[in-house]
Amino acid sequence: MPLELFTVGDPIADTKAPSDVAIGERWSERRFRGRLVNPANRRKMTVIVVGTGLAGGSAAATLGEAGYKVKSFWYQDSPRRAHSVAAQGGINAAKNYRNDGDSVYRLFYETIKGGDFRSRENNVHRLAEVSVNIIDQCVAQGVPFAREYGGLLDNRSFGGTQVSRTFYARGQTGQQLLYGAYQALERQIAAGSVEQHARTEMLDLIVVDGRARGIVARDLVTGEISTHYADAVVLATGGYGNVFYLSTNAMGSNATAIWRAHKRGAYFANPCYTQIHPTCIPVKGDYQSKLTLMSESLRNDGRVWVPKERGDTRDPREIPEGERDYYLERIYPSFGNLVPRDIASRAAKNVCDEGRGVGPGGLGVYLDFADAIGRLGRPAVQAKYGNLFDMYAQITGEDPYATPMRIYPAVHYTMGGLWVDYDLQSTIPGMFVIGEANFSDHGANRLGASALMQGLADGYFVLPATITEYLADAPFDTVDDSHPAAGEALQNVQNSVQRMLDINGTRTPASFHRELGKLMWDMCGMERSEESLRKALDRIPEIRQEFWTNLKVTGDGQSFNQTLELAGRVADFIELAELMCVDALHRRESCGGHFRAESQTPDGEALRDDENFAYVAAWEWTPENEPPVLHKEDLEYEYVHLAQRSYK
Amino acid sequence: MTITQDGARSSVDHSSEKRGMNLTLRVWRQNGPTAKGKMVTYKVTDISPDMSFLEMLDVLNEQLIMEGDDPVAFDHDCREGICGMCGVMINGQAHGPQQTTTCQLHMRSFKDGDTIDIEPWRASPFPVIKDLAVDRRAFDRIIQAGGYISVPTGTAPEAHSILVPKKDSDAAFDAATCIGCGACVAACPNASSMLFTAAKVTHLGLMPQGQPERNDRVVNMVAQQDREGFGGCTNIGECSAACPKGISMETISRLNHDLLGALRAGARPKS
Ligand code: SF4
Ligand code: FES
Repeated sequence: MPLELFTVGDPIADTKAPSDVAIGERWSERRFRGRLVNPANRRKMTVIVVGTGLAGGSAAATLGEAGYKVKSFWYQDSPRRAHSVAAQGGINAAKNYRNDGDSVYRLFYETIKGGDFRSRENNVHRLAEVSVNIIDQCVAQGVPFAREYGGLLDNRSFGGTQVSRTFYARGQTGQQLLYGAYQALERQIAAGSVEQHARTEMLDLIVVDGRARGIVARDLVTGEISTHYADAVVLATGGYGNVFYLSTNAMGSNATAIWRAHKRGAYFANPCYTQIHPTCIPVKGDYQSKLTLMSESLRNDGRVWVPKERGDTRDPREIPEGERDYYLERIYPSFGNLVPRDIASRAAKNVCDEGRGVGPGGLGVYLDFADAIGRLGRPAVQAKYGNLFDMYAQITGEDPYATPMRIYPAVHYTMGGLWVDYDLQSTIPGMFVIGEANFSDHGANRLGASALMQGLADGYFVLPATITEYLADAPFDTVDDSHPAAGEALQNVQNSVQRMLDINGTRTPASFHRELGKLMWDMCGMERSEESLRKALDRIPEIRQEFWTNLKVTGDGQSFNQTLELAGRVADFIELAELMCVDALHRRESCGGHFRAESQTPDGEALRDDENFAYVAAWEWTPENEPPVLHKEDLEYEYVHLAQRSYK
Repeated sequence: MTITQDGARSSVDHSSEKRGMNLTLRVWRQNGPTAKGKMVTYKVTDISPDMSFLEMLDVLNEQLIMEGDDPVAFDHDCREGICGMCGVMINGQAHGPQQTTTCQLHMRSFKDGDTIDIEPWRASPFPVIKDLAVDRRAFDRIIQAGGYISVPTGTAPEAHSILVPKKDSDAAFDAATCIGCGACVAACPNASSMLFTAAKVTHLGLMPQGQPERNDRVVNMVAQQDREGFGGCTNIGECSAACPKGISMETISRLNHDLLGALRAGARPKS
């Protein structure tokens, strides 16, 4: 008999949103009801912020400006490196500058629908409200957004919407927004309100008397493991897409901070919700270390197609119009090439599964600009997408102006993350989670240009307003290393580092990472089934077992040791992978990026089961060999009515 | 950028059919900031021309770990040319033979049998941490000295109340694409950080929002780069030639112009 995969615990609910007022009033009401912290008292309170991406960088800067003592941690050399820097396309805001019928309510509605009715109405409405303030803030910081000749801000449309609400800075929007936050952060560092910890990685959370009171971190240069204390801890450490080894994440992006906090009591919500982005450069070979996204803004002008016939290996330019299948335009006539990401990705997978894929291994589809170049001229296409075309040429050695690009879906974003309430507080009092690291706003699928919006909403506007309610009771009693909980956490980290160094087996951390990633992509990727998930759940414990008995890490723990860093991250990915598969297995429905082969409509679209699964799955960790405990947060739709998504 | 001169290859061309390259690498090994370093020779075989330069170093490192050796430390993160974390001297050129980041350099730029020298950025304000990894925090301190607009969260006016001519906004964007990689410093015979500083001064100086702090910004950022020990700029232009983002020498003229104006107007660096 198979072991029980999980048990069901008490339901969980968000109690912080003031549901007694209308949805449009809830955020201002929440701010009004929450207690404030007197400016004179803020100096006495310390907040740790881990991560310096859009969420963490903006939060640390804003809390510093407000007068708190902030300690900021990041693993790279500079806060400007955080992977938000790589976001290309844009940031949504309900400004309605185009006068095309946009509004806060429409952005709210589309985000709920785009998330396939698996996100919280209250959080999403707040996100839409705050979106407009973000643009104001970023413009004032000097972010060089694209403009029109009259000097006004330009907008474009993005997958999954019919209005133009996306603000952008050529194909480098994330970079420019991040530099805005980074510069604000550096200003606070110079002012002395933010203490910096570069090249330092959080390895454990210190929980004292039920409150998050600090972290254990390793200085990646000296290897020193030390404790840091505060009145509250904010995790802004990003998503866990690198569980798949190949993804569009940075090489260092990892789940360690959130996973170790999970093991200290923070529930992990919807881990199986991962976003596979439809427009990435296909894999070239076994040595491949990461995948590169081509902004989906390309789908505004590029047309996606494959040959009608299987195994057609002709040069794409020699395939006549009549023998091409522009399958997105064919299947989804009203959205065409602009369908949401999950739908575009799965459609690409389907045509490749039929044997109509192009390029090495048949894992690719064409993204063709011939029409756009014909209609607009090469210079116009170059002005819009030049940097993306250059990047494509650089990586593939092919000229996308002359021959269609080849693209294939790749792991890009994780909608799941640590569970938080409306205040962005986790199930551990005093630990807040912001940005991609939390599960909050995107449900089962994130719309394009919404990640930057959420990161900055959380960091600039939401967290700094909600954390005051918690800090109103601070400062708390001083904690130091003599406290048993701190000593235990410190010891725990030292032991696990030493354990990895002592194994001296025969396999590198990267080889385990590659094996795990391939397994997850095959079994828990774009399509999951009972069978594939059970296979993965059989295999992952074996990988874990081998990892802890056959790992090889050279060097020592007292120096700059990148192999050791990776080993620690891979150890956490292995554990997280197992929870992802359990979550994916238990959710016997398809929704957004979670596509269960057993749950589809006759024409192959995702089939939700609202009756049984309209809830957030919040998982509680239990010590080894005990199955995780599922806590359900029921999702109620007061404003947007549950409906089958249709983009046809 | 490297669009091949003889046109695009057929897209059904299988890269696995190409023969791998065998290369000799001479890599700078240095065990810590104060340790003495030296070049060490390694061989790598069967390198695909489609690999990135860093993927080639991954192959070397997997090999070294399996032999029980210490892998070569090098900085990298995004591997898509945007975070600015990567960067090494390749055959004496910052980021190697193409005008791109080290992570975006591909092995098709090399030939079978080549010997490749790989060294860290060489500049005293960028001390070596280990092997090819250097400490570039001096750049952050230059930004701290004034590379920002002071606008606390929540105090911003409505976005459309600030109009920016497209020409200025586009030019500001071009300067703002600097990724802080440090290649300009490494390429400069004087180890000057002028291009990096000028990129930020230009970005913010072109925006109406950046005007109130314009004079103080330039004098303080320039004073900070001197304090960090970066060399003086003598307009040689190696920086811009090595810059993966194509930051132009015009930014330096603009900085000089701003600096002169600021000094005439009485702006003085904070001590
Ligand atoms: S100016 Fe160019 S070379 Fe210098 S740091 Fe910026 S991007 Fe790198
Ligand atoms: S690794 Fe990010 S720019 Fe090269």
